[in-house]
Amino acid sequence: MTAPTDRNRPVQRLGDRVFSGSALAAGSMILGALALVAGFLVLQSVPAFTTPPDEISILGDKNLWDYAWPLIFGTIWAAILALVIAIPISIGIALFISHYAPRRLAQSLGYIVDLLAAVPSVVFGLWGGNVLAPLVQPFYVWLWESFSWIPLFAGPPSGTGRTILTAAVVLAVMVLPIITAISREVFLQTPKLHEEAALALGATRWEMIRMTVFPFGRAGIISASMLGLGRALGETMAVAMVLSATGLVTFNLISSGNPSTIAANIALSFPEAYGTNVNVLIATGLMLFAITLIVNALARIVVNRRKAFSGAN
Amino acid sequence: MTATTGAKPLVNAYASGRLAKPVPWALLGATLLVSAVSFVFIWMAEPETEYNIAAAVFLGVVGYAAAIYVVSRLVEGPRPAMNRLITTLVVLTFVIALLPLISLMFTVIVNGLPRFDATFFTWSMRNVVGEGGGAIHAIIGTLLMTGTAALISIPVGLLTSIYLVEYGRGPLARAITFFVDVMTGIPSIVAGLFAYALFTLIFGPGVRLGIAGAIALAVLMVPVVVRSSEEMLRLVPNELREASYALGVPKWLTVLKIVLPTSMAGITTGVMLAVARVIGETAPLLVAAGFTTNVNWNLFDGRMQSLPVFVYSSYVSQGTNAAASLDRAWAGALTLIVIVMLLNLIGRLVARVFAPKVGR
Repeated sequence: MTAPTDRNRPVQRLGDRVFSGSALAAGSMILGALALVAGFLVLQSVPAFTTPPDEISILGDKNLWDYAWPLIFGTIWAAILALVIAIPISIGIALFISHYAPRRLAQSLGYIVDLLAAVPSVVFGLWGGNVLAPLVQPFYVWLWESFSWIPLFAGPPSGTGRTILTAAVVLAVMVLPIITAISREVFLQTPKLHEEAALALGATRWEMIRMTVFPFGRAGIISASMLGLGRALGETMAVAMVLSATGLVTFNLISSGNPSTIAANIALSFPEAYGTNVNVLIATGLMLFAITLIVNALARIVVNRRKAFSGAN
Repeated sequence: MTATTGAKPLVNAYASGRLAKPVPWALLGATLLVSAVSFVFIWMAEPETEYNIAAAVFLGVVGYAAAIYVVSRLVEGPRPAMNRLITTLVVLTFVIALLPLISLMFTVIVNGLPRFDATFFTWSMRNVVGEGGGAIHAIIGTLLMTGTAALISIPVGLLTSIYLVEYGRGPLARAITFFVDVMTGIPSIVAGLFAYALFTLIFGPGVRLGIAGAIALAVLMVPVVVRSSEEMLRLVPNELREASYALGVPKWLTVLKIVLPTSMAGITTGVMLAVARVIGETAPLLVAAGFTTNVNWNLFDGRMQSLPVFVYSSYVSQGTNAAASLDRAWAGALTLIVIVMLLNLIGRLVARVFAPKVGR
């Protein structure tokens, strides 16, 4: 310590070592936990692949892929429908809060949208099943009567309104706050000089937004939508409580035959499952995990790349 | 961003060729009125159907969008007309987003209040068939499991964020940041399956424990805590740290005595919001902790009910008296919303009241 060569080295105290060690341990624990999640799911789903399909009662007389395929289709289909509804509305809300609403109101309006994110999913499910489904059912009948030549509305319309479209609407309401929050932040980061330059050239507000805000925020919108997609893919209760699923693979939005989703199928079947049935459900869970992992990783990569070259932050 | 001046000359070069301020409002009123009146006629033609307010308002608004575009295009030209149309649509999206929120709050309060009584908060569902019964077992379970999850994830999350902000450099820190982000997107039911798989390995198949539910919630809660605390720690000005080092304070004491107290309000808010997020999780608890009708105080022994699962099971298996079961579900939903809103409110209040004073 007294030697002049050591003076440049920082002093290491016991407290320092304990503190930084525990911080490091906690950080590594997260990596470990994620590895454990993946590991245990793989471990528990192995029997589903090795056991002959006719010994697993939940599969009926299909093999594992025939069982999982409609679920994967339903998961992705419902999530995409939800995004198609949610993205334009969220961009509108984000624009409203960032560029249209009176400055003083904007923050409280943001809180109101955040309130939507705070509502538990089971409450959304209760609301979707009891309030929304009966409400939209007459509308589905009208859609069928007017547009049944479009395959999406081929019908015949469900009598309860518990179709994949209703579930997608509930999902859309649930992912709205996520997409809105991120897009709002990105829109607010648009350089003021760009906006003012556009306005000074005589652009209307919409032209200003189209020329400055959207090009600047495009990557942000994409990654926000991907995060919303990740959320919609994994959402369980809202779908389980709203959708009356039959396990068909169909693009028909309003009929009573609907594909189920992986998460909803697990929630509905798991309490009664036993033996290798549990392993099958865990194997489908692993597939869901893989899908959301890819979607979220892509979203993060897009976000990080944007950060790197835009100079924001 | 319309700049208006107080004085108005008789002929204003800037105002000519522009719609006057009250014109859009007048148009909106007119289209709504026309739509309402036309729906009155439809209603009179078929008096047995209900008067369709929603359709009337919807048609009125769509009519307004079309009318403002046409009028503005005639008076102001195509570009301002487009601008007005987009403004209308943007405002409309916000109103559309408010509709489900209002409808949801309204139905939960109206349907939840009838059973939001003393029985609901003092009875369990043990031996209750049909009417009556309560959710005390679910409330106890929720508090125990969420509390345990918080006990696990707050230290882990906080230490991780300290590592990322104060110590972490290089590939490990980058990996942790990336995987925390990825972990934020883990579907809640997958977390439940993980906890179930973990405890199956220890206790054999078919096991449902309160602690498994708590572990599942912790997996969901840790990344949220890390993200929010990390952001708060980064907000602490570097000058404070450097001043502390300059006085000879070691790094760990600097973190403990300078950085953490400065960011405590923000961290508390983040933790509150994280708790609010996991307290409403249904799927992982359904899978890992199961459901029961009895009060269970022991996390390590047997199934444990929770409030979200209570709502779900009352809704799915309605039993002999469907209405009573559904009433319990709504009351449970109301309780959940009240808890979540309280946590959110307290979190935001803490952030506002205890925020470090700047410019002292």
